[in-house]
Amino acid sequence: MSTLPSSDHLLTGSTSRGADAAFKWLAFAGAVVVVGLIVLVGGELYAGARLAIAKFGPGFLVHSKWDPVTDEFGALPFIFGTLVSSVIALLIAVPLGVAAALFLTELAPFWMRQPVVTVIEMLAAVPSVIFGLWGIFVLVPWLRDHLFVWLKHSLGFLPLFQGPIYGVSMLAGGIIVAIMILPIITSVSREILRSVPNLQREAAYGLGATRWEVIRIAVLSYASRGIFGAAILGLGRALGETMAVTMVIGNRPEISASLFAPGYTLASVIANEFAEATSDLYLNSLFELGLVLLALTILVNVIAQAMLKTVLGGASGKVQ
Amino acid sequence: MNRVGSMAPSPFLPSAGRQRWRRYKSAAVTGLLCACALAVMAPLFLVIYYLVAEGASSLDWNFFTQVPKPTGEVGGGMANAIAGTLTLLAMAACIGVPLGILGGIYLAEYGSQRANEWVRFGADVLNGVPSIVWGMVIYLLLVVPFKTFSAYAGGAALGLMMVPLVMRTTEEVLILVPQSYREAALALGIARWKVIVKIVLKTALKGIVTGVLIALARVAGETAPLLFTALGNNFWNHNLKEPIAALPLQIFAYAISPYDDWHRQAWAGALVLLALILAINLSVRFLSRGRKSG
Amino acid sequence: MKKSLLSLAAVLGFTLTASAQMLINGAGATFPQPIYTKWFDEYTKVDPSVRFNYQGIGSGGGQKQILAETVDFGASDGPMSDENIAKASRTLWHIPTVAGAVVVTYNLTGDPKLKLDGPTLAGIFLGTITKWNDPAIAGQNPDVKLPDQDIVVVHRSDGSGTSYIFTDYLSSVSPEWKAKVGKNTAVSWPAGIGGKGNAGVAGQVKQSPGSIGYVELAYAHQNKLAFADMKNSSGNYITPTVDAVVQALATANVPDDFRFSMVNPPGAQAYPIAGATWLLVYAQQKDPAKGQKLVQFLKWAFTDGEKLAPDLDYAPLPDALRQRALDRVNSIKY
Repeated sequence: MSTLPSSDHLLTGSTSRGADAAFKWLAFAGAVVVVGLIVLVGGELYAGARLAIAKFGPGFLVHSKWDPVTDEFGALPFIFGTLVSSVIALLIAVPLGVAAALFLTELAPFWMRQPVVTVIEMLAAVPSVIFGLWGIFVLVPWLRDHLFVWLKHSLGFLPLFQGPIYGVSMLAGGIIVAIMILPIITSVSREILRSVPNLQREAAYGLGATRWEVIRIAVLSYASRGIFGAAILGLGRALGETMAVTMVIGNRPEISASLFAPGYTLASVIANEFAEATSDLYLNSLFELGLVLLALTILVNVIAQAMLKTVLGGASGKVQ
Repeated sequence: MNRVGSMAPSPFLPSAGRQRWRRYKSAAVTGLLCACALAVMAPLFLVIYYLVAEGASSLDWNFFTQVPKPTGEVGGGMANAIAGTLTLLAMAACIGVPLGILGGIYLAEYGSQRANEWVRFGADVLNGVPSIVWGMVIYLLLVVPFKTFSAYAGGAALGLMMVPLVMRTTEEVLILVPQSYREAALALGIARWKVIVKIVLKTALKGIVTGVLIALARVAGETAPLLFTALGNNFWNHNLKEPIAALPLQIFAYAISPYDDWHRQAWAGALVLLALILAINLSVRFLSRGRKSG
Repeated sequence: MKKSLLSLAAVLGFTLTASAQMLINGAGATFPQPIYTKWFDEYTKVDPSVRFNYQGIGSGGGQKQILAETVDFGASDGPMSDENIAKASRTLWHIPTVAGAVVVTYNLTGDPKLKLDGPTLAGIFLGTITKWNDPAIAGQNPDVKLPDQDIVVVHRSDGSGTSYIFTDYLSSVSPEWKAKVGKNTAVSWPAGIGGKGNAGVAGQVKQSPGSIGYVELAYAHQNKLAFADMKNSSGNYITPTVDAVVQALATANVPDDFRFSMVNPPGAQAYPIAGATWLLVYAQQKDPAKGQKLVQFLKWAFTDGEKLAPDLDYAPLPDALRQRALDRVNSIKY
């Protein structure tokens, strides 16, 4: 009669109610820990930044001088660097990533899809420090000796491409972050594109549209909000990149119009200067930078998740 | 492609020239999409190529058994860094796995719709916290009060980073366990917690293990959180309360140094690290073969 | 494959078992890192029961971590300010170990030997002199064909005693530098890109054609970087060598707390950009066993260790100063 193996050993008496309650509370604790950790992280950063917040107030965010000698600190160069390198990364990664996603959903024959997806997932697994290593010895010299020279030669009338070429630069930082956020933009875009009902495509084909027109009219316009969400998700990831950026961006807190100039991001300055900030105000200022970074990242991620949820619905946004 | 054009031309249809232009545009875009797909795949191959070209020749017996030599001298290896990374991963698992699985169990078995939304939201937010921030926070919590950099602090930072990942993957696989299993077991009078632990978890075990492995592969390469927690150690670590070396830390220190010998070792270390991470990822694929479509 | 797997397993087993070996942790300056790590390596032969783990996180880091007591000793090339010493929970001593030259290194094709003086150097790092063939540089180097190339300035991105010594020198030779930037372990650099540690700056200079930076002499030698002869206060262009640093050290006035500066000293053959480096230790060690081992090591360093200094391009302390340091070590309590 019993198709299951003997389960006598699992039967218990009324003591199970206590154990049940205990286990439920254990599981609940595990879940609560997650929320608790966010509060902890935010709280510790705030506590560490108190002095600087009190001394500088909101002006900290727009002050551009970072001078440990005179204990004068401002976050603007780092906010600028973080945003500029991230925007450069998005400008490169979003078109490439969406195009690759389109390739996978609209063009690629079935047998080609899994290998390509595997390659992209492997790219996502490469740690930041290895990208940084490759960046220092392969990418930056190539940029310095080839790409940047060509850019200066052909587009040098733009203030973006003027000034001395060091190799390490804001543009190098943007390029390497672009490579690192390609996988997440590609895979989320792919999910978005897959959620476009086939009926849309079939209707467009039925009306005599070419493949590109089907993509443009039926697929992309339908998926535009989702792709925007994917881009914002990529932005969230870009904001927090530390090691690879530190190794190729030049580490100089300066606001410059040129993409060839060195820059500095919130994450990089913390990585470089945290262990050594000797004065209390210096250390507090670094914590305040961490707080700004945390706030920025959380805000961007929340917006991205919200946008993706309305498009994909349900348990969207598989934790990447 | 436009078969309509082969019938009697209608004044409402586009001219033959215009149709040709549309077709060329489509073909051009097709080519562009292929090129972009190749461009997206290229960086992986470029990185692997250079890692192998620059680092493979340095993977000798010395590299895997010796500790670093004094600054500037040639030779030595990364044995302590490799062992350190494995140790840190083991410690991270001790924190990340129980917390993550328990959280996943809550989400799949106990939580209400609304509570789950908040918990999942929290997990996503936590997952987005930059790794350098984790380093700062653990420095304040575990390094300063105990007045020592330690493997514990490094393991804690990595472990906490794992929690959201493990939690979400656990939830996903637990949901896949058929409800009938639970109902049958409960109907037989088995205690609920035993149903979850001995039946549901056991059924989903392979999926949970793959989730843990994915999370481990993710934190294995993290450098930033270790900068102010594990610190680094030029020797073997004998006590988890002491600083410990780790592959990513060593690669970073060597990469930004001026010594050619250290650069050579940095490439080799990076090759070992990437091989470790890809090996974990491939074994995940092997384990979940047939379970989900790509 | 099997062999390495087996040894990896053995290695893991070995690391996880407790061992009678003691680990003493220090952190701080990258300036003396070559000689400190050499000392620690040699000392394992003298006393195998203790290991010294040293991480080069920068002088600022050394000061901060010894104040937080997360390490057993700190190392710094810039003496701690009065304000910072006041933060220590108990008496914290500076003990000078060696002195070294901060050299001006550059990356120019052909590795020419350049001569520079203080005001020119200050101009380059202020960003007022931007090209290699600027008359100020060319005037001092008539035999060198200088290119019409941008000067890429490289400085430290982390808190650094090497920066302290360098900015101390620039402040003493350039009133503009003193007013605009000042001297500290970390300053607001008017120009250039940042590298992490002595290692990072040397690495950056090596990678960037036309660049100029400042590093400790040992790093420049080990990496075969070109470095400049600097004009000292007597008007002579001096090549940075151990002897030139010894000359500079000879005229230094060292107060009781051992915090002193030796930039731009009077001696005719003295190299102008030099500085001592200090270990930061508490007068009262909190762990008796570790304290004892640390004191024993320090005694060895000031007797036998100092002899290794010249081979690594550091100047050992003159005898009188060395004896004073040894006396201070002997009065550390554990």
